[in-house]
Amino acid sequence: MILSLFRFASSIAIASIALQVSHAAQPLVVQAKKLITAAGPTIENGTIVSVDGKITALGKSADILVPDNAIVLQCAVAMPGMVDVRTCAGLSGILNVEHDSDHLESSSPLQPELRAIDAYNPNEELVEYLRNFGVTTIHTGHAPGELISGQTLITKTTGNTIEAALMVDGRAIAATLAESSKKSGKTSPGTRGKQMAMLRSLFIEAQEYQAKLNAKPTASSTSDKEKKEPEPPVRSLRLEALAEVLSGKKALLITADRAQDIASAIRLSDEFKIKIWLDSAADAHMMIPQIKASGISVLLHPSMARASGEKENLSFETAKKLRAANVPFAIQGGFEAYVPKVRVVLFEAAVAAAHGLSYDDAIESITISPARILGIDHRVGSLVIGKDADIAMFDGDPFEYTTHCVGVVINGVMVSTAAQ
Amino acid sequence: MNTRREFLCATTLAVASSALPQSTFGLHSQTKSPGTIAWTNATLLPVDGPSIQKGTLVIQEGKIKGIGAAANVTIPTDATVINAEGKWVMPGLVCTHSHIGGLGAADGSGPIQPGVRVLDSLNVRDSGFRRALAGGLTTLNIMPGSGHLISGQTVYCKLRYFETSPRTIDEIFIRDKDGRAIGGLKMANGTNSQGESPFPGTRGKSAFLVREQYIKAREYQAKIVAAKGDASKLPPRDLHLESLVEAMQGKRIVHHHTHRHDDIMTVIRLSQEFGFQTVLHHVSEGWKVAKEIAEAKLPCSIIVLDSPGGKVEAKEMTFKNGRVLDEAGVKVAFHTDDWITDSRLFMRSAALAVRAGMNRDKAIAGLTLAGAEMLGLEDRFGSLTVGKEADIAILDGDPLSVYSRVLETWVEGKKAFDLSKPEDQLFAEGGLNAGSDLDPFLCCFAPAWQGGAK
Repeated sequence: MILSLFRFASSIAIASIALQVSHAAQPLVVQAKKLITAAGPTIENGTIVSVDGKITALGKSADILVPDNAIVLQCAVAMPGMVDVRTCAGLSGILNVEHDSDHLESSSPLQPELRAIDAYNPNEELVEYLRNFGVTTIHTGHAPGELISGQTLITKTTGNTIEAALMVDGRAIAATLAESSKKSGKTSPGTRGKQMAMLRSLFIEAQEYQAKLNAKPTASSTSDKEKKEPEPPVRSLRLEALAEVLSGKKALLITADRAQDIASAIRLSDEFKIKIWLDSAADAHMMIPQIKASGISVLLHPSMARASGEKENLSFETAKKLRAANVPFAIQGGFEAYVPKVRVVLFEAAVAAAHGLSYDDAIESITISPARILGIDHRVGSLVIGKDADIAMFDGDPFEYTTHCVGVVINGVMVSTAAQ
Repeated sequence: MNTRREFLCATTLAVASSALPQSTFGLHSQTKSPGTIAWTNATLLPVDGPSIQKGTLVIQEGKIKGIGAAANVTIPTDATVINAEGKWVMPGLVCTHSHIGGLGAADGSGPIQPGVRVLDSLNVRDSGFRRALAGGLTTLNIMPGSGHLISGQTVYCKLRYFETSPRTIDEIFIRDKDGRAIGGLKMANGTNSQGESPFPGTRGKSAFLVREQYIKAREYQAKIVAAKGDASKLPPRDLHLESLVEAMQGKRIVHHHTHRHDDIMTVIRLSQEFGFQTVLHHVSEGWKVAKEIAEAKLPCSIIVLDSPGGKVEAKEMTFKNGRVLDEAGVKVAFHTDDWITDSRLFMRSAALAVRAGMNRDKAIAGLTLAGAEMLGLEDRFGSLTVGKEADIAILDGDPLSVYSRVLETWVEGKKAFDLSKPEDQLFAEGGLNAGSDLDPFLCCFAPAWQGGAK
C-alpha cells in the first residue's frame, strides 16, 4: 500500500485507512524527496525502513529495498520526530481550569517528591496537538512557579497510559529562581536571598541523607570480626529525590530568566557539584561566557515568548549566539499560563532560523540537541539505523509558515495524517 | 464602512484643536517636510489591486503620488530614486486590536464604564511601539482590556516615531479633520467580563446590563433632542451615556471581544437592537456561525494563536477560522492583541490562515485594508492607493514567509524604522531594554496563573 502525502487535502481522506492498517508489526517505509536526518547531510530522494518500531534501513531510495508487505508513505520532506526539551503539556491541560491543571502545587515552596508520572495525562488534547505537528517526544512535568515544584518525565506523545509511552521517569527536578516563586507577606521565600538560602539548606540536608544512605559498615570497637551495620536514615521521598540530583541521576532544571538568577543557578551548581539545566534563560545572551564556563546546557525559551516582565530582555538572536559560542542548547515549547496554552517547537525553531540560526542548527535545536541534553539520543533525535522510527513528514520546508505537517510516525506506527 | 467616523469628544476638543499639524505639540514639526521618493523595480502589493512586478511607487508630501508598472508611472524630477530590486513593498500594517502602551481604562468598580478613555493611560515611551514598527505596523487601535462589559474608549494611533520620538501620546493620535482624536468603544462578553458583584455572574445578566445602559443612553439622547438647544432643558452631562450615544449614532465603532458561537450571536442581537456599528473581535468560534455573521454584515477582526485553549472559550480556536469566515463572505482582518502576540509576528497570523487555506490576497488585505475599514479610515490608509497617506512596509521577501524581514517602515511619508540602524535593530531582534519591564495589568479578570477569576 502506497500513501502519497504530497498534497495536504488528500491526506485527510486516507487517514482512517492508514491508521487501521498501521501497527508496529508491519514494516513501514517513508520515502521523501528530501530526507533530513539530523545526523548528516540531507538525503535527496531518501527512504527509511522501519521494522518493529526501529529504523532498519536508511539511505537513497535507489539503494533501499522496500519490504513486500510494507506500508509506504511518500512525502516532500521528512525529518526526525521533534523533541520538546521543556513543556508542561499533559500536566497542564487545554481548558486551563482546576480539572486539567496539575502542573503546580502551591501548598509548599519545596516539593521535589512530586512525581510527574502521577499527574501526566497521555490523552490530554494538547499532547495530541503537539503530536500532529510532528513532536514525538516531550520532556514534561511540573511547571515554573514554586522554588521546587516537582519532577519531570520523558515520554512519547502517544499511548493510552503513561506506562505505555514513558521513556524516562523522574528525569529532572524543576526549580524556579524568579519573581513567580516568591511569596508575598510573611511567607517564605519572600526574597531572592531567601530562595537561595532555602535551596542550599535543603541540599545540605540531602547531602547528609545521602551520606547516611551510602555509609559503609564500620568495624566494631569491641570486635574486629563483627561489622556494625550503619543505621539507615528514615526514608524521605523529598530527600531521596534530591539525593538523586546529588548523585547525578537526576538533573536540577532551574527556570531563571534574569541574569542575576542565572548567576545564582550557576553558583548553586558549583557549590553542590550538581548537574543543572538552565530553563528559559531570557538573559542568556548577556551571560554567555559564564554559561559556557559552567558547562551548563540551556533549555531556551520559545523564540516567540513575550518580551515583558522578567523576559523583557529576550532576543530572537539568543539561539544564534549560544550556537556560535558552542553552548549546548535546545529550543523549548515551554510553559504557558494563558493563551496559547502550548507552543510548538517547530514554530519556535523556525523563527530562530529566520533570525540568524543556520537551517541545520535550527533543525538540530528541536531534534538531536534536546535528545543529547536529555540523555535519550541513543533512541531518538535523529534518523539513524537502530533508533526509534519517529518521523515527521511535511509537504514542503517544515519551517515555512504555509507548509503542512502531513504525517507523523512514532515507534514505526503512523499516528497522524491530519494535515496541520 | 465608507463614511469617516467623526465624533464629539468634548473633553479632548480643547487639546485637539491646538494639536493640529505644526502645532505646539509638534505633530510634524520635528523633522523637515517629507520629500519626494520613488522606489523602482519593486514587487508591489497595493492591496487595492493585483501585485505588480518591477513596479514603481512614488510618494510626495506624505501621500502616495503614483504606483504601477514602470512604464505607467512618471517619476518627478526632484524625486530621490531608490532601486528596490528584490524588495517587496506593501501598505503599512493596521492592527485593529492592540494593548501597547497600557490597558488602564475602566477599573474594578463596575462592569460598564464607557466614558473612560484608554488614551489617558498610555505610555508613549513603551518599547512596544518600536517593536510594532519593526513588524511593519503603522496603525494601531489601542484598546482597554476585556474584563468589563464596556471597558472604555479606544484610540486609533499612527506610529509617528521618527528621528525624534514623540514626547506625548497626543502626538500619535489619528485625528479627524477637526483635530479630534478618533477611537472606538470596547465591549466584551463571555467569561472575561463576568465575575463577582457588581460584575455579572452569567451571560443573561451580562446582556441585560448592557441593554439597560443603552436604553438609558437612548433616553438621555431623547432629552438632548427635546431640549432643542435650550441649555436650561439639557440633562446633566454624563460621559458614560454620551459615549453610548456616540456608538448608537455611528460616530464610535464598537469593538466587541467575543469568543463562543452563542456569544457572537448575542453581539449580533444587541448591535441590531441598538444600531451600533460593530466589529467582532477574536471570534474564536466564528467558523461555527460564519453564515450568520455574514448575514448580519459584521466584519471580524480575528486572532490567530499557536494552539487552542488557555481558557474554555478558546478551546475550539483554529487556523481555519479566517478561511471559513472569508468563504462565507465575511470581511476578515487579523490582530495581534499585543502583548498576546508580539507585533513583530503580526504577518505570521495571516500566513497561518493561508496555511489553513485562506485566500492569499484576502489574508494580506486582512493585515492592511480590511483593518483600516474596520476603523472607518480606509479612505486615508490601508492600501497603496494614490492620494492615501504614505504608510509603507518594505520587506526583503514575501510577507507570508517566515524568512522575510521588514527592512523599513514608513509612516505618512517619513521613515520610522530602518533595520540597518543598530538602534532600530535592537527592537527588531530584542535584547537589553528592548522589552517592557512590566507585564500588562489585566483589569478585571485574572487568568489561572493569577488566581483565576476575580
